[in-house]
Amino acid sequence: MNIYVLLKRTFDTEEKITLSGGVIQEDGAEFIINPYDEYAVEEAITVRDEHGGEVTVVTVGGEESEKQLRTALAMGADKAVLINTEDDVEASDQFTTATLLATYLKEQEVDLIIAGNVAIDGGSGQVGPRVADQLDIPYVTTITELSIDGDTVKVVRDVEGDSEEITTSLPLLVTAQQGLNEPRYPSLPGIMKAKKKPLDELELDDLDLEEDDVEAKTKRIEVFLPPQKEAGRILEGDLDQQVQELVKVLRTEAKVI
Amino acid sequence: MSKKVVVIGEARDGALRNVTFEAIAAAHKVAEGGEVVGILLGKSVRSLAEELIHYGADRVLVAEDEKLESYTSDGYTQALLPLLQEENPEAIVLGHTAQGKDLSPKLASRLKSGLISDVTAIEEAGGNLVFTRPIYSGKAFEKKIVTDGLVFVTVRPNNINALEKDTTRSGDVQQQDVSVTDLRTIIQNVVRKATEGVDLSEAKVVIAGGRGVKSSEGFEPLKELANVLGGAVGASRGACDADYCDYSLQIGQTGKVVTPDLYIACGISGAIQHLAGMSNAKVIVAINKDPEANIFNVADYGIVGDLFEVVPLLTEEFKKLKVQTS
Repeated sequence: MNIYVLLKRTFDTEEKITLSGGVIQEDGAEFIINPYDEYAVEEAITVRDEHGGEVTVVTVGGEESEKQLRTALAMGADKAVLINTEDDVEASDQFTTATLLATYLKEQEVDLIIAGNVAIDGGSGQVGPRVADQLDIPYVTTITELSIDGDTVKVVRDVEGDSEEITTSLPLLVTAQQGLNEPRYPSLPGIMKAKKKPLDELELDDLDLEEDDVEAKTKRIEVFLPPQKEAGRILEGDLDQQVQELVKVLRTEAKVI
Repeated sequence: MSKKVVVIGEARDGALRNVTFEAIAAAHKVAEGGEVVGILLGKSVRSLAEELIHYGADRVLVAEDEKLESYTSDGYTQALLPLLQEENPEAIVLGHTAQGKDLSPKLASRLKSGLISDVTAIEEAGGNLVFTRPIYSGKAFEKKIVTDGLVFVTVRPNNINALEKDTTRSGDVQQQDVSVTDLRTIIQNVVRKATEGVDLSEAKVVIAGGRGVKSSEGFEPLKELANVLGGAVGASRGACDADYCDYSLQIGQTGKVVTPDLYIACGISGAIQHLAGMSNAKVIVAINKDPEANIFNVADYGIVGDLFEVVPLLTEEFKKLKVQTS
């Protein structure tokens, strides 16, 4: 089975966001594989180990994304592809990313594509379904279970806490929700092996695309931080008094009850 | 410039979701005086059409089919594309719900359009419609504009106020024929796990528990408080990782981002990853034994104490209030 994982490099969840000159500061920040994409990598490896085949991790980004691709290889993926747009694409959005990925994937034999359901930085959750649509294959988002039997696929999809049990078929794209699995840590031998696994780099030319073909349809014009919250009031007195005081202020001061 | 805007409504358990009314209000901002057209899809949704008009839709298209009873991306896309072609709107707005998140990227892809998802505010500035949305799960915000083609947005629940309901408003309701043929994903069964109807992302009140809740039974007093306040129960990553509750309750940078009117954090320390999911709540109350807990730095009101003592007392106090005011 040919399994592809769509992966993104993101800020570590423990990082604070700071701005400098209206731009998010990246210096010194820790970067990780987007947590939802980590579930995708884990699931892909599990499926491969059960059904045979190969796992290829694909990302769109710059040179620095190689580190996250190597981590996925160290977890157990077989090959990695970096679609490097640094020199070619000035303005990108989810349309851009999806078109790049879909153009690459159209040239591959694809059975299963697994992505995270959302990236914790941009938070749009668009790329997975957009790629599936461009490839004209079905997709199921936010899945918590996956089982494959021949061409038949059973998935459980999380819908705001409810679980939908869905039957569908390969080729298929799914996006991972928390709870799908417990991602493994790369082992030391895994890290050693990863250094020798193939990591291909592609540019727009290699995909026969022009910059116009992937030009963004939306544009960021500003980034800002939410107003800093002042530490509030710690209530005083015995517990009964505090509780009564809290109910009173929620009604009269905050007016939320 | 005035625009024709389509709002795709969403019903749950036979009733329209509040975020649909918020989407209509958002659509009027985008329309700048233009027409707002509601679309309702389902097995039997005709009876909900007037309510869309009461909340501000100018007219409504209703498309009914057995195969639209449950949402599927294929079914909805097949039903919607001809309607959208016919209407040829300049903008589309829907709620950023599980359904909206699943459907909107596919529609945008079909319409070769951009999509600005999870919008929390809309303004007009310098001749542009400017959309604000959270990034890094609310640690920062960005403002975006559409540079090419259709204005297509999803709006986050609880952020854009719905218009006042006006039952004297009237408008045309049109039944549309649709053909839904091939569904590639079939829903065999739905297991209801969500508690007592109130969805976490739409709830006005959220009672959340962390490691301090200590066990799944420890969530019981939180559920009681949520019931009294008509709210939903959430959890921190710590509580989910420790298996005290289902991951679907997790609030944070991994998990859900919520913006209720009132957020009561019980036994939650306040890790950055959790704060990202809730710090934009209007009012935050923290209950924690540890006076140094980070959660107190973002809380409007704090009680230093054992949640198992404080929460039941709070529940009692709110019950009294209910009796008084009813």
